[in-house]
Amino acid sequence: MTVADPSALQPGLQPRGWLRYFSFSLDHKVIGLQYLVCGFFFYLVGGALAGVIRTELVSPIADFVSRDTYNEVLTLHGTVMIFLWIVPVVNGAFGNYLIPFYVGARDMAFPRLNAVAFWMIPPAGLLLISSYLLAGAAAQSGWTAYPPLSLTTPAAGQVVWILSVLLLGGSSIFGAVNFIATVLKLRRPGLKMMQLPMYCWAMLGTSLLVVLSTPVLAGVLILLSFDIIAHTGFFNPALGGNVVVYQHLFWFYSHPAVYIMVLPAFGLVSEILPVHARKPLFGYTTMVYSIMGIVFLGLIVWAHHMFTSGTPPWMRLFFTIATSFIAVPTGIKFFNWLATLWGGKIALNSAMLFSCGFILNFVFGGITGITLAQVPFDIHVHDTYYVVGHFHYIVYGGTVFVIFAALYHWYPKFTGRLLNEDLGRLHFLLTFIGFNLCFLPQHWLGLNGMPRRVAEYDPAFTTLNQLSSVGALIMAISTLPLLLNVVVTALRGQSAGDNPWNALTPEWLTSSPPPVENWHGEAPLVTEPYGYGHTPAESGR
Amino acid sequence: MTTTNPSDLRSQTQPDEATPSAHAEHQHHDARLFGLATFLVADGMTFAGFFAAYLTFRAVNPLPEGSTYELELVLPSINTVLLLVSSFTFHRAGRACLADRPQACQGWLAVTAGLGIAFLAGQMVEYFSLPFGLTDNLFASTFYALTGFHGLHVTLGVICIAVVTLQSRRGGAVSASSPFGLEAAELYWHFVDGIWVVLYALLYLL
Amino acid sequence: MQIRTAITAALATTALVGTGLLVGSQVSLLPVAASTNAPPYDSLFRVLFSIGTILFLGILIVLAYSLIRFRRRPGELAEGLPIEGNLPLEIVWTAIPAVVILFVGIYSYDIYDRMGGMASLDHGAMQHQAMDHGSMNPTQMDPTQLADGIEASAERIWGGIGSTQAYVDQTGDGSEASAAVPPLPVEVTAMQFAFIFHYPDNDITSGELHVPLGQPVQLRMQARDVIHAFWVPEFRLKQDVIPGQPTVLSLTATRAGTYPVICAELCGPYHGGMRTSVVVHEPDDYLAWVTQNTPATTA
Ligand code: HEM
Ligand SMILES: [Cu+2]
Ligand SMILES: [Cu+2]
Repeated sequence: MTVADPSALQPGLQPRGWLRYFSFSLDHKVIGLQYLVCGFFFYLVGGALAGVIRTELVSPIADFVSRDTYNEVLTLHGTVMIFLWIVPVVNGAFGNYLIPFYVGARDMAFPRLNAVAFWMIPPAGLLLISSYLLAGAAAQSGWTAYPPLSLTTPAAGQVVWILSVLLLGGSSIFGAVNFIATVLKLRRPGLKMMQLPMYCWAMLGTSLLVVLSTPVLAGVLILLSFDIIAHTGFFNPALGGNVVVYQHLFWFYSHPAVYIMVLPAFGLVSEILPVHARKPLFGYTTMVYSIMGIVFLGLIVWAHHMFTSGTPPWMRLFFTIATSFIAVPTGIKFFNWLATLWGGKIALNSAMLFSCGFILNFVFGGITGITLAQVPFDIHVHDTYYVVGHFHYIVYGGTVFVIFAALYHWYPKFTGRLLNEDLGRLHFLLTFIGFNLCFLPQHWLGLNGMPRRVAEYDPAFTTLNQLSSVGALIMAISTLPLLLNVVVTALRGQSAGDNPWNALTPEWLTSSPPPVENWHGEAPLVTEPYGYGHTPAESGR
Repeated sequence: MTTTNPSDLRSQTQPDEATPSAHAEHQHHDARLFGLATFLVADGMTFAGFFAAYLTFRAVNPLPEGSTYELELVLPSINTVLLLVSSFTFHRAGRACLADRPQACQGWLAVTAGLGIAFLAGQMVEYFSLPFGLTDNLFASTFYALTGFHGLHVTLGVICIAVVTLQSRRGGAVSASSPFGLEAAELYWHFVDGIWVVLYALLYLL
Repeated sequence: MQIRTAITAALATTALVGTGLLVGSQVSLLPVAASTNAPPYDSLFRVLFSIGTILFLGILIVLAYSLIRFRRRPGELAEGLPIEGNLPLEIVWTAIPAVVILFVGIYSYDIYDRMGGMASLDHGAMQHQAMDHGSMNPTQMDPTQLADGIEASAERIWGGIGSTQAYVDQTGDGSEASAAVPPLPVEVTAMQFAFIFHYPDNDITSGELHVPLGQPVQLRMQARDVIHAFWVPEFRLKQDVIPGQPTVLSLTATRAGTYPVICAELCGPYHGGMRTSVVVHEPDDYLAWVTQNTPATTA
């Protein structure tokens, strides 16, 4: 356990300027931005891999890459996007940057552990994407690595994959321990739990899920590696093993993992909407309860990924019902967000556009999620492009949209400069169009007979696949305005001042960018982070 | 200008009562043990995953002819007693440390480490006397995986005890006024013991 | 004013629900229905589609309305209303989804039951015998890795859909599909990268599945190497084929024709090419096919 050493936080001991972003810095803000930039790098890597997939699928025959390579690419794409982009950014980046501000602390509870957790990521990521060089082949069994397939594909690549995921899982657990301790133990005296900004609650719930479920993934991957290296037979039916046990343990982590990817996004949206709508967050208390409800339900629904895996009828039934009920707390959050917008004074800037895009996309993905939760429905569409459509609406249309919204919202905090709004709107437009064009047709493909993870398909599906690939191309193009925006802003961006949005949450009550220990004086006690609208509109000057 | 302005919030913004550094230090002490406990919950979930896998295998995958779940009980039972006693001796070490009696503390720590090493030795003896190897059948593999993973934890615990013993010498990092290192090692040791009790019940007695 | 708002809201809701139901009843996004299982599936689909449309359109409209109606005009600095919540309202929008979910759950349970999903699996397992793997060995796998152990627990059925009886009884359309007809057993072996169908009654082995129209068929499935999945979109049925864990899938075809059989579980490099066909014959044609293909020794 890394021990916090207050003297290590002294600014003099840390490198300054841009160099500190490449150092073992203990400053939570530096670490947050390290997570962000590192995650974005891997987003580009994962995006390139997606490009390979969509190029292969332009034609119904396997002609662009070899079949082995195709499986490697889709495995790496999924792994990179989940473990190196979404999870680190939506948890690590924004969590580290914001949580200490929100609890009124000068840093996280364990700064050194925090730095260790971050610095596990780049090596793990590089290990993963270089498995071709190290092992001669990358893992080919999908991000789910189901045995016995994962026992029969090239072993070295699979072992590298396991090693990398174990490192990333470890990093995630260290991060979660830190978040829990910070939120529960480091709150400024006088600040009550029910006065915390919603993102704290989201991160608390997420971190609970990480602590409770990630170790199970680690355990099952260790067993899997035994099967590969030591020829044990846990998951090898030829040796009396049981492949379905792997699936249970895998999904015991990987269903909560989808909430690990989306709960923090819920939290971020809850911060962004009130600021730009100039209205308090609607229904704070029910929002808190629904987060905790999602955490609880999220732990008992994993087998909905296994409806066709030889699960007995009672199990199919139980998991259908439990899964369906997640829609209730999730629905509450959406209605509360709409109610937050209702009657506000909404500034439709880039942050807001991406947030509203998130609402629409996520609702769509949630609806397809409910359909998938019904066993009889899922039996037909399981492991088809319908599922691919579902989870991309959730993970991309949901979480990635929120990451972009958060970027536009907090960029002035990070750098003191506002991102360009015109480029931001263009970025939104391209992303929104490209995303829907790419993933909407996939639902139809799945319903009509296209399974997922294939390099070749029935020629009848060519047109829709090409449409989807065009969407992917537009999505690729949509990163250009974002990158351009960052460059333009760095060169001659509009100075933001300390608080360009007139926001009330604590991170805005200090300079932008903030000083090393966050506040020039005492930490402010913010008991009403959403106290907008207290000046009646009519009495305006 | 009617927009709520942060500077209007002064009423909500009160100065901190304590000086920040004193406050932070006090908090950090609490948070560290708390953080360790959280981490141990995570670690416990790894074991929970293993146990769940083991129980499922046992429930649905019959062993091949000629294999058995029966295990020799004498040695593991002695080992269980050793670990339970070691929890007690560690507790005494902690009390001695808080009472500012570093000599006694180190003595109890040495006894604890000795018990831990004896446990590991017993485990080794058991490994070499077992009639099955790692890959013989599903039960064998699970048995070695579970006890091995637990044994790693005990080994780590012994190392921690050694480190804490060194630190508890005069002028070291562990003392009555800063017992964190010792408390952390103790919490960890009790956790590893608790896991063993579950493991013993499930693997040997079931 | 209050009344006008209420009336507008009621009208809007009615229009929304009406649209949803209309859209839901009109959609046809699914392939042709070729098994007894497909019609109930399609009605479940329509119900879910209606509910989904209502929800999505409702949220879209509220969102779009808010963004237009409550937008901040240039230079405007006013704040929104300081409303922090409304408990009755929040209870309402907790209760409504809960009720809808409950309805959906019960309804889909009913569909699942009608598919035969709740029937005991052991029922189908009784006559099940371990398949003979000795005769065919086209698998490319390392033989030391996965050997005979697979057959060890062949008696036990681990999952699937045990019978179509329950549903067949309810259709009542064709007398030949009555519950009295015993299901036709077919042994399905999945391997990298093919399905093999074996008819134990006539000792026919085929790379294509042939089934008679209207007669229940029971597929008893085993995998040789890795996990595969048997999927016929036109039947709306899918079941994983799992090494070491036999599964069953019962179905009754209702429409003559040829449909794809698709492997739906990643099983290796040629997974995308792992497909064959199922041919649904008129009963007479089926008999002809059987006679033609029965090996001489047994005939
Ligand atoms: C409204 C709540 C949701 C419900 C009811 C739901 C339901 C489901 C179901 C039943 C499946 C399994 C489909 C199949 O494989 O046949 C599934 C797959 C998936 N869902 Fe959701 N989901 C919901 C929300 C989410 C969220 C919030 C996320 C992520 C942030 C998510 C991400 C995924 C992913 C990644 C998969 C596919 C995993 C894979 O097989 O690779 N879902 N969902
Ligand atoms: Cu799930
Ligand atoms: Cu396949």
